[in-house]
Amino acid sequence: MSTTAPVAAGSVVDPTITGRLGDSPARPDGVAKVQGSFAFSGDLSADGFLWGATLRSPHPYARVVSIDLSAAWKINGVEAIITAADVPGKPTYGLISQDQPVFAAEYVRFVGEPVAAVAANHPDTCRRALEAIVVTYEVLEPLTDPERSVDGSFPPIHPDGNVFRHQRIVRGDTSVTGEVVVEGDYEIGMQDQAFLGLEAALAIPDPGGAGVELYVATQWLHEDRHQIAACLGLEDEQVRLTLGGVGGAFGAREDISLQVHTCLLALRTGRPVRIAYSREESFLGHVHRHPARIWMRHHATVDGKIVKIEARFVMDGGAYASTSSAVLINAVTHTQGPYKCDNAVVDGWAVRTNNLPCGAMRGFGVVQACFAHEGQMDRLAAACGLDPVEIRLRNAMETGDRLITGQVIENVAPVARCILETAALPLPDEPVGGHDGDPMRLPGGAGLTADRSHIRRGIGWGVAIKNLMYSEGFDDYSTARCVLRDGVASLKFATSEVGQGFVTIAGQIARSVLGVDDVVLEPIDTTIGSAGSTSASRQTWMSGGAVDGACRLVREQLFAHVGSQHGIDPLRLAIDGRDVIDTMGDLRVPVAEASAGVTFEETFEHHHRPTEDLDEDGQGNCHTAFAFVAHRAVVDVDPELGLVKVIQIATAQDIGRALNPLSVLGQIEGGIAQGVGLAVMEEIIQTDGRVRNANFTDYLLPTMLDMPDVLVSLIEEPDPMAPLGAKGVGEPPCISSTPAVVAAIRDAIGKDLTRTPVRPSDIVF
Amino acid sequence: MSDATAGVPAVGTNQIYTLHVNGEDRDVSDAWVGESLLYVLRERLGLMGSKGACEQGECGSCSVLIDDELVCGCLVLAASAVGQQIVTIEGIAPVGAPSDVQQAFVDAGAVQCGFCTPGLIMATHALLDRSPEPSEYEIREELSGNVCRCTGYGRIIDAVQRVSVSRRSDAASASEVAS
Ligand code: FES
Ligand code: FES
Repeated sequence: MSTTAPVAAGSVVDPTITGRLGDSPARPDGVAKVQGSFAFSGDLSADGFLWGATLRSPHPYARVVSIDLSAAWKINGVEAIITAADVPGKPTYGLISQDQPVFAAEYVRFVGEPVAAVAANHPDTCRRALEAIVVTYEVLEPLTDPERSVDGSFPPIHPDGNVFRHQRIVRGDTSVTGEVVVEGDYEIGMQDQAFLGLEAALAIPDPGGAGVELYVATQWLHEDRHQIAACLGLEDEQVRLTLGGVGGAFGAREDISLQVHTCLLALRTGRPVRIAYSREESFLGHVHRHPARIWMRHHATVDGKIVKIEARFVMDGGAYASTSSAVLINAVTHTQGPYKCDNAVVDGWAVRTNNLPCGAMRGFGVVQACFAHEGQMDRLAAACGLDPVEIRLRNAMETGDRLITGQVIENVAPVARCILETAALPLPDEPVGGHDGDPMRLPGGAGLTADRSHIRRGIGWGVAIKNLMYSEGFDDYSTARCVLRDGVASLKFATSEVGQGFVTIAGQIARSVLGVDDVVLEPIDTTIGSAGSTSASRQTWMSGGAVDGACRLVREQLFAHVGSQHGIDPLRLAIDGRDVIDTMGDLRVPVAEASAGVTFEETFEHHHRPTEDLDEDGQGNCHTAFAFVAHRAVVDVDPELGLVKVIQIATAQDIGRALNPLSVLGQIEGGIAQGVGLAVMEEIIQTDGRVRNANFTDYLLPTMLDMPDVLVSLIEEPDPMAPLGAKGVGEPPCISSTPAVVAAIRDAIGKDLTRTPVRPSDIVF
Repeated sequence: MSDATAGVPAVGTNQIYTLHVNGEDRDVSDAWVGESLLYVLRERLGLMGSKGACEQGECGSCSVLIDDELVCGCLVLAASAVGQQIVTIEGIAPVGAPSDVQQAFVDAGAVQCGFCTPGLIMATHALLDRSPEPSEYEIREELSGNVCRCTGYGRIIDAVQRVSVSRRSDAASASEVAS
């Protein structure tokens, strides 16, 4: 290629280059995934491996009197059996406070708590060995009502007590009252992340037990490593993690599940060990979305302007802490929703019970708050004689407004635009009950279901604010390395790709910054610094910022190199298409040529701006950034059978900038599916601490037939605070879609539904 | 009983039997007879493309074809499939040369984590073979046995429709050439 072709000033980027920011290139792992050759963590194997399996508590609360392993040891093929006595390091783990035992020692505190683990030659040998372990329990009365944890009427079920955290927020004039007052009690059921790729891991011990290598599907490799190493009694460096292919996460892979057990069995046997959970075990083995009871009272002027909000939150964290305290803070600090409010009194508790442990799930506390504040907005609209859109527009938050924590919203805040653009999307043209003759569109589908003439249609609204990234003073960062050589960029990061598509975005960033076509992604593992967690809608911002930073540093090196070769000030150089050009002269050198035989390498850590703790009145700049979204739902309801068909969801979402429009659409549609699920079908049912539906026959997930048409409007106002102008897009879609659907059902049948998911009995009776 | 049961090993024994998978005879040795087809495909024959997300027939991740019929590999005893033609995701197209359905899933953004994808590819091939121009409702009905937790299905429906359209225009131009 020629290096001296003259360039016309202002020449445009070569349109044949695809895969840059703003394009929607194919996923780099796409072909492997459609062909079945992509290796998920459960697909990994090693010579001479053993299967591992976990014995779990059948009781919500019991004292472990004795464990007899003798019969299990007699089974042919059993190679190891381990219990709490075999944990060489820290006996407990946890993301925020380490209160959860690797194996129960004295007490079991939820149904499904690990008590022992075995390694054997076949999954069925494992099953028989688990059956042969005899655990004698002294069964205790379980604590299952979270209110008893709040009021202190139940003796502590854990040395750390029954309250994970209490937070109060007091702002403004708490004595003021409104001319209009509405209040309600709301309840949110326990939702499961229900990723399809079950928990699975492969651990390979180092010779002599000097360390261990773990391949695992997780959201945060470095945090896992730190917790695992502590429990194994090893240094962090002795534990190496590589990301096994991840079949979805949605928060359920933020905590430790099988990691420590797999490593312990591998170190004990000196052989590779695989553990793969069943679906039932998965329901028991990871944390869920907190069930919550929320009371809210809104005071407003007669024309519907919010004057004050009072609220009380009780979130059931289950047996162990996980991220309960952070989920609580997210919930209470989002009490007002995306609306202006100067005065507030809020009390929130996250408490311990003998129910399933709860922690992170997409939306992280804000889902619960939003269900309540949106119910309140509809009540307020009714009390003021306004329609649901008008009440929300009158109160819509703008940049410069304050949260009830006193924090100023500095981000782009197009709340009114989200509402208006959603309202502008067309309503479905299909008649109530679906087009004639198509029974599939009836609530309940074909068969002896709804009588078309009795079906009622409703429309409902939900609008949300969601914080992005981590909060409360956590120094959050992500690390990336870029190497440029011979026109090929190699990127290295520990960012968990869980399906969201960061691997696609990373390549787009490198192509845009460096003018290359070929981007190689190095394995995702712990041989580089942490990328933080794939959660809190943070990776495009954080790891995107890190990749962008590393690529820009490499570009500076490249310009310095080209500049010195040609005697040109590097500041005059720029990337144009695939070339380095002199913006004040006619030099044009292809990047491939400029980097031929030379290696440019840089590592960059992206930190977001610091945040603060809340004070005892819940005041402080605790969050990093915010995004906004509106949803409008249309439903058909059969009031006789209590069946709901969600017909359409329209949404306008504040995304900053669409770095990959197709990925954004996928996040929005996928998030809405989970929001619809929480509205009408998804709930883990527990009675007396026992799970009744830990399988996909009884825990219902939206199928293609349950999913409505989705209309999407992307609001692109690049955020100056975001490294690439792009806000996280993963969580907002599943936050206000749920209240929108429930509001639509209320609208259809005229009932005061205050609980989600809405059950047929809530509609009929 | 069909002759398919002729080679089925007796319950409780570990025997050698032969499965016909993706056009090849594959011996399964020293297997416990209680193993599902999904387990045998993955763990004994190394065909990891079929996935298991529920092992009770609810999610479709394990979809394979047995004598051209779409079934859940998790619900079929491997030993009962002796003598039948089994096609898995690995048998749909050669590595690196995706089928039209596979390519459409990639292009349309129908793949996120990809765990549901092999099963959906199998189900989509079966659907389009049976019904080349399905309506949207028909797609929803026919693929409703395949759960996807990531995508919300919109891009999957788009991928199926893209294949239907491109096959029709391919067929139309082929018949134009012929006439
Ligand atoms: S694994 Fe077979 S249907 Fe779910
Ligand atoms: S892409 Fe993840 S389950 Fe479908």
